[in-house]
Amino acid sequence: MSMKSSTRQVDGVTIVDLSGRITLGEGSVVLRDTVRDLLSKGQKKILLNLADVNYIDSSGIGELVSAFTSCKNQGGELKLLNLTKKVHDLLQITKLYTVFDVKEDEAAAVKSFGS
Amino acid sequence: MSADRVSYTLDSTLETVNNAEETASRMAAAAGFNDEEIMKISMAVREAAVNAVLHGNAYDPSKKVTLAFERTAHDLVIVIRDQGKGLDASKIPDPLAPDNLLKTSGRGIFLIRSFMDVVEIHPSQTGTELIMIKHVHGNPVDS
Repeated sequence: MSMKSSTRQVDGVTIVDLSGRITLGEGSVVLRDTVRDLLSKGQKKILLNLADVNYIDSSGIGELVSAFTSCKNQGGELKLLNLTKKVHDLLQITKLYTVFDVKEDEAAAVKSFGS
Repeated sequence: MSADRVSYTLDSTLETVNNAEETASRMAAAAGFNDEEIMKISMAVREAAVNAVLHGNAYDPSKKVTLAFERTAHDLVIVIRDQGKGLDASKIPDPLAPDNLLKTSGRGIFLIRSFMDVVEIHPSQTGTELIMIKHVHGNPVDS
């Protein structure tokens, strides 16, 4: 299954709802293009909702890292929301769980972004 | 029995990566692994296939990837070979080192080692052979 991405605005935060697989090829490209597009529009408070991301490979992990650093380098914030167990475990073993700001509640996550 | 070993010769394409993953998932299920183990095995094979197709054969259409699965009494043994220049695993930086945590690549071999019980990398001038072994649950561990 390929990856789908849709965005919505909540209190100045762009929530990106992702579903499917973030893997080498289409999935990684969709994520990369989505984040690039948001940053180019000046939307620098980004919350990636990974609730429906059922699979991610090392390329996908690399794409998440790239999105995180791109956003940070432009003075923005990128956080993760609703990790599945698989993605949670992957971020744990790669020691990235503490690098990313990971949230479990959407409303609280939106509030956590700086003004 | 010969039915316990199957091998495939595959093109150096992204489709091969997906096919290798799906085949590994089927083989692991047939070998009796649980869902979590099947995910780990199929992901290890996916990462190995990515290495073979991208870093080994560099998408060269004249080069092939071979993938073999063998079910022994105690193990599922998976061997993947490419026809690249040979992977020097000693030159792969530790992806868990603080300076490398935010690198966007270099985690494939680490994930393979994390998910499989035994991993051997045999590089040569004619390619790299990667052997991955997962012990069948409940059976004694081979030394």
